[in-house]
Amino acid sequence: MAIAREAEPVTSLREIHEAGLDREDLLGIYRNLLVTRSIEERGHILYKQGKIPGSFYTGRGNEAASVGVATAMGPEDVGTPLHRDMGVHVTRGVEPWRIFAQYMGRADGPTAGKDGNVHMADSRLGLIAMVSHLPAMLPVAVGCALAFRIREEPRVALGWFGEGAAARGDTHEGMNLAGVRRLPVVFICDNNQWAYSTPTYLGYPTEHVADRAQAYGFEGVVVDGTDVLAVYRETRRAIEKARAGGGPTLVECLTLRMEGHAVHDDAFYVPRELFEEWARADPIERYRTWLHQNADLSDDEENEITSDVKRVMNDAIRRAEESPLPDPSTVTDGVFASQEELDTPHHK
Amino acid sequence: MAERTYLQAISDGLRQEMRADKRVFVIGEDVGVYGGAFKVTLGFQEEFGAWRVIDSPLSETAILGACTGSAIMGMRPVAEMQFADFISCAWDHLVTVAAKQRYRAGTPIPITVRLPSGGGFSGGPFHSQNPESSFAHIAGLKVVCPATPADAKGLLATAIQDANPCLFFEHKHLYRRIKGEVPDERYEVPFGKARMHQEGSDVSVITWGAMVYTAEEAARQIADADGVSVEILDLRTLIPWDKEAVLATAAKTSKVLVLHEDTRTGGFGAEIAATIAEEAFEDLDAPVRRIAAPDAPVPFSPPLERAFIPQVEDVAAGLRDLAEY
Repeated sequence: MAIAREAEPVTSLREIHEAGLDREDLLGIYRNLLVTRSIEERGHILYKQGKIPGSFYTGRGNEAASVGVATAMGPEDVGTPLHRDMGVHVTRGVEPWRIFAQYMGRADGPTAGKDGNVHMADSRLGLIAMVSHLPAMLPVAVGCALAFRIREEPRVALGWFGEGAAARGDTHEGMNLAGVRRLPVVFICDNNQWAYSTPTYLGYPTEHVADRAQAYGFEGVVVDGTDVLAVYRETRRAIEKARAGGGPTLVECLTLRMEGHAVHDDAFYVPRELFEEWARADPIERYRTWLHQNADLSDDEENEITSDVKRVMNDAIRRAEESPLPDPSTVTDGVFASQEELDTPHHK
Repeated sequence: MAERTYLQAISDGLRQEMRADKRVFVIGEDVGVYGGAFKVTLGFQEEFGAWRVIDSPLSETAILGACTGSAIMGMRPVAEMQFADFISCAWDHLVTVAAKQRYRAGTPIPITVRLPSGGGFSGGPFHSQNPESSFAHIAGLKVVCPATPADAKGLLATAIQDANPCLFFEHKHLYRRIKGEVPDERYEVPFGKARMHQEGSDVSVITWGAMVYTAEEAARQIADADGVSVEILDLRTLIPWDKEAVLATAAKTSKVLVLHEDTRTGGFGAEIAATIAEEAFEDLDAPVRRIAAPDAPVPFSPPLERAFIPQVEDVAAGLRDLAEY
């Protein structure tokens, strides 16, 4: 039996205006969704061309969840997005060419070739780079919230995890500490139903991951992760509640991982009908239709956005390919931070 | 300047740092109301309040994760592991996130983890370990092992202000047993500079932490009985470590004994011995000798624990062998 609240879809333009978005914001969301998917589609091609070393992960199907959450963040809020959350980086304003440079291990990627794929973040945008060990970043997000609470700043931290990572102890420890101290943190569960090849019923025994929020003394809510506006509205509620001193919320965004765990994986273990069912709820197509029906999106406007995104991608890939590979002599640079590096906006 | 125990010096240093720097806060199990299992933070919550002296749930991973997140947001957290042994519960966070974040993502993680470590009082396998070598092997962590009260205070100040994750191994057997003169004012002791505990001319001992005093007693015994002059070099910090001072003492006496309470295989003594072999081979008149705990968990019963932790007579015998070589 479900314990978490199950969120309703956003039905009208008026409702979303009341939730803080004007028409320009709504078009911006559409653009961010397209940029997010385009980066990963173009990245996949670069990977097949042999231009990206290592492996390649995408968040296809999770675009609305990541863009919706990030749209709800305030400029001073921070977060720890994961490998299905490209939309968070895009919405916070990372330049696409730097993401391609990161994919290709170039010197101008956010990690300058020290780490690969989506293991990156621009701290100036309030983001903290993930590690492979999920959900190791949840306690880190809790720590950001702890700093805000100690200094009594009206800021909120967002910590991401997947339904697979919900099985690990870090999830429990982070949520428990946040619950005990009523910290200003929002936990975002990207529930894409498959942890590599492991289905939800082998990962957790409740109906929803968000059901366990009650055990930590805060609210859990499940939202359709293909509905960008519902994700936005629920996350914004949770963020503003946390900002007002109301403590954490666990927001579970339900989607389907529309590709394999990484590009080597054909996801043969996912029933074909499931893909077909969720393909009908493609988050971008769904939102495009909503904009046409509710926000008078014209074909001209749509074409302008689409062709602009194409141009941005072409420019970004060209610029990334011009970026040099890292100098091998820098292999041990940056193991330790210098004292001067602490002279940043965060550390002053 | 006043005479303080090793424990008082740590407590004084931490309190002074918290008074001088509002970004510094303490988090750990039982550190607030109770004042810490060893009373290092006794009275801190009264002075600094419950949001700067934070009693955490029993969650080592959350403690260190919270330190990392708050450090990225500009704080200077000091975590207390109730016993150094419990750091195993937070190993993943420390090694996976904190140690690598600067290298791979450009984010400094200025956190200090206080680790009451070491045996000698039947703490058994889970309250007696010296896991410093394990962490010295992880790129991105600094490893601090003070032996004297004055160093404990000054190295703690340096650790808290350092831009990196610092593991501060405070030896429990020194807490109330070792006293020394400690300056009243705030000061820092630099990392990577060894301390000459005593000068000598025949044999060198390179060590750190509580073994400094074991070496001192062994040196006194063989000076009295055999007239052997022993030099004792206290490394103070393992990462970074003072290679220059190690090579200098090797060149001076030509006979080196490396001593530590951590276990032998893969212990940090092996790194020191290998470096001397690589860089000071021609200075040596004898093979470098290692004395360390055997490769076993720390046992509980007193005769077993004495057989485990290097004793004064073990070190004296080693020094005598080297002197006679």
